[in-house]
Amino acid sequence: MAPVVVLMEPGDPSLQAITLARTFGDPVHAVHSAAVEPFAPDALAAILQRAADDLGAAAVFAAGTDRGNDVMARLSARTGLPLAANVTAATPGQPVRLTRQRWGGSLLEEAELHSARPLITVAPHVFPVANGEAPVEVDVQPYIAALDPKDLAVRVVEHVEPPGGGVSLAEAKVVVSGGRGVGSKEGFAILEDLAAVLGARVGCSRVVTSAGWRPHTDQVGQTGTKIAPELYIACGISGATQHMAGCKAAKRILAINSDPEAPIMSLADYTVVGDLKEIVPAITAELRAVRGTSPPNPPRLRGGAEA
Amino acid sequence: MKILVCVKRVPFTGGKMVLNVDSTALETRHLGFTISPHEECGVEEAVRIIEAGGGESVVLTLGPGEAVEQLRDAMALGIDRAILLQTDGAEWDGEATAAAIVEAIRADEAASGPFDLIFFGNESADAGGYQVGLRVAHALGRPCATGLKAVKVEGGSVRCEQDTGAGRDVYVLQLPAVVTVKEGLNLPRYPSVPGRMRAARKAVATVTPSRTESHLRLVKLAVPGGGGRRAESLGTGAAAAPAVVEMMRKAGIV
Repeated sequence: MAPVVVLMEPGDPSLQAITLARTFGDPVHAVHSAAVEPFAPDALAAILQRAADDLGAAAVFAAGTDRGNDVMARLSARTGLPLAANVTAATPGQPVRLTRQRWGGSLLEEAELHSARPLITVAPHVFPVANGEAPVEVDVQPYIAALDPKDLAVRVVEHVEPPGGGVSLAEAKVVVSGGRGVGSKEGFAILEDLAAVLGARVGCSRVVTSAGWRPHTDQVGQTGTKIAPELYIACGISGATQHMAGCKAAKRILAINSDPEAPIMSLADYTVVGDLKEIVPAITAELRAVRGTSPPNPPRLRGGAEA
Repeated sequence: MKILVCVKRVPFTGGKMVLNVDSTALETRHLGFTISPHEECGVEEAVRIIEAGGGESVVLTLGPGEAVEQLRDAMALGIDRAILLQTDGAEWDGEATAAAIVEAIRADEAASGPFDLIFFGNESADAGGYQVGLRVAHALGRPCATGLKAVKVEGGSVRCEQDTGAGRDVYVLQLPAVVTVKEGLNLPRYPSVPGRMRAARKAVATVTPSRTESHLRLVKLAVPGGGGRRAESLGTGAAAAPAVVEMMRKAGIV
């Protein structure tokens, strides 16, 4: 079997990419995204190109992350080889038969990839993390020494730290999210109260950010943040595919909606039908009552105008 | 400044994906269409840059004749003119799309000067190939940064901010450059009635590009199975609160 090359980033998605890569060749050779610091995607594409050529690689893989897709598209452009992004299944051959995600995973495409050297990014959280033998490290020093200066023109020149304060939407264990049914910017106050009692983050649907009720950083969905909390509480959210693409990895979904026929009511684990303006405060009050007078997570009020 | 924004016409999918009879495309007869969300923000950003500093903005799409609707939508927000690369409606892969766009850019630049900045969406909402902008940048020999949440022209360069999940990475590209952006870059305005009226009179140049061979060929589409969730009712109205809290307790959340 010919070898394969994998672009490795920190985190599980790259280890999942190795699982698919092993079905295409042996051994697996690794080029780390940290090989060029600060991050310089054209330089990484150049290194992958040289490594794949020198090894006679059967295929090149990366995780379907922002950086993985970015570097692989650059590799594809500079080599003239086609790229299949966010693949969920693939069988080697001529052509490669594969399945890939469309619409943020709401639709699957079966396709044929006709290529002398398939370039594939692997959709995160589909394959198990590879165990067993570690990949062979590619000696990148000669390739770095031979880099064309123009491949270093695009590089990270500064890093801005995130604003402090609380857990991020992507990492929150519980997310209390609101959609069109919340009705207004001010309507989110009752969701904020419930989130405070639960130590949760507030999220929202795309309709809400488009209306300017919440910042885009709160948006859960295909074009917002993809989350996988223990519990997702969807209040007044219809369950459009754009939204479900962002929350379908949640362990449990509780939908609160006045319309029992809303799509989300059949996509959730638990449902409550009715007016969220009554139900959400009732849940908050019930939680406070159950916890008695000394709540373990005293509510922290968010600063700002919604007094 | 001369700025180009490349956009894609995509359907509003609503709550359910429905395929055509041979499962090769979405059934779109009953669906409306829009500019793919990331690119809506590209349009808004281009309009803002030209409003602030002067110049010309152009919108381009590759798609069926009906895609002129999306070009008019962009012009209603303030884009000056449009280029339609008209197809028969069949889907083009990333390679073929990029090749046609590169040819159109070269023709426009030969006629009316170079684009200082070219916007793409990071990935289209439908096909999600993650490559057209980078392919165009490579073919033109211009620097490209992707997935941007902030773009600021500063003299002869553009400062680009990319969300990493743990803060932002900053790139500074020399112009002319190509950027691919994500929703959240800005909050796009709604078109005004006068804007719509002006858009109806703006120029749309139509070109029929030739299609290069596809190496990634769609065989068929499939709607993935549901999450296997059970949709258990916990009740109706405020009276459901104790059942909700009991569910949370069993799940170890409270």
